[in-house]
Amino acid sequence: MVSEAERATGRGEAGPVGGDVRSDLHAAVELTKSGGVQLEIQSKVGAMYGDSIRQSAESVLAAVGVKNARVEITDQGGLPFTIAARIEAAAKRAGAKGKGDARPERTVPPRQGPTARDRLRRSRLYLPGNQPKLMINAGIHHPDGVILDLEDSVHPDEKDAARLMVRNALRCVDFMGAERMVRINQLPLGFEDLKAVVPEGPDLILIPKVESAEQVVEVDERIRGVRARDGDGHAIWLMPILESALGIENAFAIASAAETVVALTLGLEDYTADLGVRKTQEGDESLFARLRTVNAARAAGVQAIDSVYGDVGNVRGLEEWARRSRALGFEGMGCIHPRQIEPIHRAFAPSPEEIEKALQIEAAFQEAQAKGLGVVRLGTKMIDPPVVLRAQRLVKNARRMGLITDSTS
Amino acid sequence: MSGSVDLVTNAVGRRVPTVVNGREQVGFEGIGRYEPRGAKAAPPIRSCRDYPESGDKRVPDLKTALHKCGLRDGMTISTHHHLRNGDAVALMALNAAAELGAKDLMWFPSASFPCHEPVMGLMDRGIVHHIEGSMNGPLGRYCSEGKMRGMGVLRSHGGRWQAIQDGEVHIDIAVIAAPTADPFGNADGSHGPSACGSLGFALADSVYADHVIVVTDNLVPFPCIPWQVQGNNVDFVVEVDSIGDPAKIVSGTTEITRSPDRLLIAEHVARFLKEAGIMRDGFSFQAGAGGIALAFVGFLKELMKETGVKARFVRGGSTTYLVDLLKEGLTDYILDGQTFDLTAVQSIASDARHVATSPFTSYNYHGKGNFASLVDAVVLGATEVDVNFNANVNTHSDGVLLHGIGGWQNCLFSGCTILAVPSFRDRIPVLLDDVTTMTGPGELIDVVATERGIAINPRRTDLLDAVKNSDLPIRPIEEIKDEVEKLMGGPPAKARLTEEPVAVIKWVDGTVLDTVWRIGGS
Repeated sequence: MVSEAERATGRGEAGPVGGDVRSDLHAAVELTKSGGVQLEIQSKVGAMYGDSIRQSAESVLAAVGVKNARVEITDQGGLPFTIAARIEAAAKRAGAKGKGDARPERTVPPRQGPTARDRLRRSRLYLPGNQPKLMINAGIHHPDGVILDLEDSVHPDEKDAARLMVRNALRCVDFMGAERMVRINQLPLGFEDLKAVVPEGPDLILIPKVESAEQVVEVDERIRGVRARDGDGHAIWLMPILESALGIENAFAIASAAETVVALTLGLEDYTADLGVRKTQEGDESLFARLRTVNAARAAGVQAIDSVYGDVGNVRGLEEWARRSRALGFEGMGCIHPRQIEPIHRAFAPSPEEIEKALQIEAAFQEAQAKGLGVVRLGTKMIDPPVVLRAQRLVKNARRMGLITDSTS
Repeated sequence: MSGSVDLVTNAVGRRVPTVVNGREQVGFEGIGRYEPRGAKAAPPIRSCRDYPESGDKRVPDLKTALHKCGLRDGMTISTHHHLRNGDAVALMALNAAAELGAKDLMWFPSASFPCHEPVMGLMDRGIVHHIEGSMNGPLGRYCSEGKMRGMGVLRSHGGRWQAIQDGEVHIDIAVIAAPTADPFGNADGSHGPSACGSLGFALADSVYADHVIVVTDNLVPFPCIPWQVQGNNVDFVVEVDSIGDPAKIVSGTTEITRSPDRLLIAEHVARFLKEAGIMRDGFSFQAGAGGIALAFVGFLKELMKETGVKARFVRGGSTTYLVDLLKEGLTDYILDGQTFDLTAVQSIASDARHVATSPFTSYNYHGKGNFASLVDAVVLGATEVDVNFNANVNTHSDGVLLHGIGGWQNCLFSGCTILAVPSFRDRIPVLLDDVTTMTGPGELIDVVATERGIAINPRRTDLLDAVKNSDLPIRPIEEIKDEVEKLMGGPPAKARLTEEPVAVIKWVDGTVLDTVWRIGGS
């Protein structure tokens, strides 16, 4: 018999259940009026990490002010940041109202400053915000950026849990030099996301379904607001995503809406749906939107980044798409699988011939400068200033991609 | 298990029993140190006089055959795993023995599979006393919980041959499942409704056992061509409706891993072979049928094509992927120890360059050499590896016996032994300070390739030199271990084990390398 005092006053669950769950756990928290915290842990790594799981659970529960509860944990090898996020989510869903800080101890150092405005952004790997197992090793595939996604890859009922997971991942997962991006939800839900993640100092926020400059300005101001309270003081860049006909029409205004916008990208699933056309492999239907995005981005002095290529198994198709994408003026694209990263990097890399030519042009330019000549010549050809500029940009990027070593330059 | 056991500490610091199932043991003395003397074991002399001149050795059923072999309590009955998880013959034989009232048998399989779980019931009933052979899944747990009356003995494929040949294990009755056989007892695995490829694991038994029974579901008139088992060694032939489930004997397709992390490991290994100069014209390699190994073959094939390099031979576990190399002219031969999928079975049946081998030619340490040391590189897995490159393939990190050794130990003698392993599985670190069970000494393990980097054994300064200018992620093993430990939230607690041995791990020379202990209460 359960006494009146031990009867549950609130119940919450979080995390997946089932045979195929890996690197994750399910937590059920039942708040009671007395009896202390009763923990029941079933874990496939119980023999190795049972004590550690218990400690994680106790410290999170204490932080969210839970003093009396029955807690059941069914663990399939979740890492500490995952355990903390699931228990916190379950406790809050049960009605825990403590104001304490349940954030796990940082295991990756906080960032020392913002990333370079114009850093390489050839590949950005989407990581569903509520699936920690995909985050743990994302860095080893060396994408230029990772996107911890709170939007489309997260079920509407799981937004709260994903927010905690992404927050913890920003503190505890080493993405090995990848730029750490978070895609927030559409506004106004996205404001809740900002409160949770901005204090952890992500490098960049992706704003989905942007249709006006005002939306960008609002996000920028909210970020400043949160940062002023408990952020690390460094700028957080913005990358608006255009996903509608109206968004495409307002591309330039959006790209130039705030100083912190560093790149402009587009989402073709929603865009083609908005047009009422089918999204095809060739992408003729989105050609205008893509060109418009490139032009608006360049006009605003920011990077243009392409959408994703959906067929993970088709490496050749991906490479073709990426090469066309580079030819149109994009500087990168999204990845939905780590195996897409390398082909994309290959496709966005200048060819050895292009590099050679650009190095010659740069050398000719320097020689002309040294001689005080206004005209740059390469062999019998006169080189125009914009050609020099393009060559200089190509050389700079090739250097960052590691394609030029000192011996070849 | 009962009674106390005397233990000694062997050359790698492991405590091992001095007596196992009534036989005195030698503790591991170091690689190449143990020098046994004397002659090999031999089966009794037999005479044609006692066998039908017609060559027809058929008897109506297994019970009759076992009875005629003189089945008695305490005998050793052997079976083989070329039918893998589709095997029906081992249970058929043990059940027939049970019906004849036999007790306290020792089952001596070349490996066991989940389909053999009912043997637990036979052990509970006292019919089987204990198992010397791999114990996987529930059988492994049964042994780990101390429920077996005798001690488990785990041997490599080569070690099993060695134990039979050296007389350490005397097989009273060998029961050989044959996808095709003739009434004389010639048998082969490449044809028939239950075709499985090579029968190599059964060859030692066919030569050294007192009695040999061939069981087939595809009897052909003499001669069975080709024959891998020679009827001259066979006492009786039994015809049955089915020797197993073809769908579980060979897989229709073998699947390459789809995990991006494992693909990265496979890619690391392939690139390592190229950068280290091992992948050169006329080279050889062995890779199994695990997800990473299959993916490795795919990556290596691309590199071989790019650089115009051909292999002299590749060693299987053969699969579609090795057969493709043969068909595309990227290797001259497949030397096959085990045939995993349909394409490979068809290939071994029809292509003279796809050759069946045995543990004797491939792996037996007490022979005048074996093929394992002729292979330039081998890609293997492991459940744990420690900072001294020692590895464990037998127990999980909680100490429970879950896998056999297979050819793993034997392969360590290749020119370059590469363990291709994830650095952790969920929250189970693979790289550790100490392995739970030692299956292979680090002295023989040259490279550990993980998704977080490639660690080269410091003994292999030649390999370190060979790849020092490559852009491969070469890292000290301690560094990768530390990184993983941090990710896991600290080092794992040690497995809680008792002081009671339940099984031993034999080294390839028959000495005892390590002990598996009964697991403690939770």
